[in-house]
Amino acid sequence: MSREHDKGMSLIVKTITRLTVGLILLYGIYIVLHGHVSPGGGFAGGVIIALSFVHIMLAYGKEVALKKLSRSAASFFESFGAVFFLVIALLGFTGGYFFLNFISKGKPFNLFSAGIIPLCNIAICLKVGAGLFAIFAALVLLKFETEEKE
Amino acid sequence: MAGSGIIPLFVAVPLGGAFLNSLLGKKVKRLTDIIGVSTSFILCALSLVALRLYNANGILTHSVGGWRPPIGIGMVLDGLTAFMLVTVNFAAFCIAVYSINYMEKFTSKWKFYTLFFLMLGGMNGVIITGDIFNLFVFLEIAAVASYALVAFGTERHELEAAFKYAVMCTVGSLFVLLGIAFLYSYTSTLNMADMGNILAQSGNANITILAMILFIMGFGLKAALVPFHAWLPDAHPSAPAPISAMLSGVLIKSLGVYAICRIFYNVIGVNENISAILMFLGALSMIVGGLLALGQWDLKRLLAYSSISQIGYIILGIGLGTPLGILGGLFHLFNHSIFKSLLFLNSGAIEYTTGTRDLQKMGGLGSRMPLTGITGVVASMSIAGIPPFSGFWSKLIIIIALVQAGKFGYAFWAVIISVLTLAMYVKVIKYAFLGKLKEAWGSIKEVPIFMKLSMGTLAVVCVVGGMLLLSGMQGPFLQGAQEALSEGTKYVAVVLESIK
Repeated sequence: MSREHDKGMSLIVKTITRLTVGLILLYGIYIVLHGHVSPGGGFAGGVIIALSFVHIMLAYGKEVALKKLSRSAASFFESFGAVFFLVIALLGFTGGYFFLNFISKGKPFNLFSAGIIPLCNIAICLKVGAGLFAIFAALVLLKFETEEKE
Repeated sequence: MAGSGIIPLFVAVPLGGAFLNSLLGKKVKRLTDIIGVSTSFILCALSLVALRLYNANGILTHSVGGWRPPIGIGMVLDGLTAFMLVTVNFAAFCIAVYSINYMEKFTSKWKFYTLFFLMLGGMNGVIITGDIFNLFVFLEIAAVASYALVAFGTERHELEAAFKYAVMCTVGSLFVLLGIAFLYSYTSTLNMADMGNILAQSGNANITILAMILFIMGFGLKAALVPFHAWLPDAHPSAPAPISAMLSGVLIKSLGVYAICRIFYNVIGVNENISAILMFLGALSMIVGGLLALGQWDLKRLLAYSSISQIGYIILGIGLGTPLGILGGLFHLFNHSIFKSLLFLNSGAIEYTTGTRDLQKMGGLGSRMPLTGITGVVASMSIAGIPPFSGFWSKLIIIIALVQAGKFGYAFWAVIISVLTLAMYVKVIKYAFLGKLKEAWGSIKEVPIFMKLSMGTLAVVCVVGGMLLLSGMQGPFLQGAQEALSEGTKYVAVVLESIK
């Protein structure tokens, strides 16, 4: 086993994590993309996506997780999600109203329907997921710093 | 309706500024200042356009997402909104210019601007929204951003003050949310105009009285009226100077005073009891804040207590409920946002060069920092009510209105506290700017150019502010705001008419 895998929890936890984490991420993406046709949406899906990264951090330690999604990338995605959301809202002015659903709504219960709602869900997912992961990473790093001082 | 598309921009522009800053400002240092100042300049210009639009077209409404209120969220631009937007965004622009130089001594300036514009977006949102739950959401945005800004220095006492502020203001927000929940359960609507309509038809029930008590506690806490003021003297001095100016200058007014005015005057409808309660709380804040300020030696703490006292004047004038009283209260609100921002910026300039806030350690700084000295004296004279500065006229109107309404007791106290205010600011001038220069400050220099520019602009407004009362100027700016409040629940009919 490579050196970077020394940290973190036991072999059992690591193996189970390796098997499940992809499924968790996939499930999060599913929740986001189906936000407009089934329960869930950007917030719930974003939290699940962030949890898949938190899961890696718990099982393998912070280095491995931060290599997958660094703090600056998380910070970028968070701001980008917010700007993306605002741009969608402002594009509504093409029809005269803030937040106007300006794309054709399509057939109900189809994956490609509901106009701007899936795009809004993706923007919210970026913001919430990256934000939650950044908060978790900040708390973990703070803990390590205090431990080092002691 | 023509021109109503401008209304949501007051939320969109600051949020855009905030997130662009966090996206780009970290990598390109120069860009932070450019985005910060240009965003606040755009907002300031937009608020003047909004004032013009209101005067040309009357009340304007915007339905977010094209959904008609009361089902969708409505945004309303009326006289009071236009007045508050100009006040908030002008002060924010001056403060953003000041921050270019001042925030250099902190790390990660982009974080400061991001939080600053989130707070500004929240305040603008509270002012323009016509939906009571939307008001709560924007109130929380502004409040949460301000908790982080109070703790911006991350020193021990700053964190402590921010924590105290966060706990107390969260309790205040909780009261507001509970009040909104009760009103919603009673009226089954969240649109303010629609809610006012239903309340007027169904008469006063006990649940409305309960909601009113909760609103007085919640918004009173945000406005730092006296029984609920304990967080302010810690939180305002601990923040960096531009944020103290923002908090004392406009935040407590837009989250506290504006929300009280809007909900009590336009939605629920004011009666004698509410008027008496507001006037009593106002007078109490005025007296207690004034007396506590007098004994302070920390410059920023003195200014914070003085804010409580001046908010008392505003609430006293508005609570009186006569057109003249409301005019005086609103005019004092505008003036206070200018000169209190200026005083906090002055204290920041002193802290920037000398590193102290203790009045006893200062002395003779006027000779070394002439512009800070002059603007400080102008602001102090203005807040103390010396003619011809702006503060004199607004206090005069409030006192005349009190005498006309036969409230001689309140008028007496207003005069006494005005004298006390003069005493505390004479103390500031004497200890900070006049007297002999202490040896330690022999080598200090005047502050950099952008700080000077912003303080100079605010001082000019202090001097000429009284001109706003001239009939030609008063009409477009103050009159519309005063009418919006003194017409009371007529707001409901006007907004409902405008939605159709």
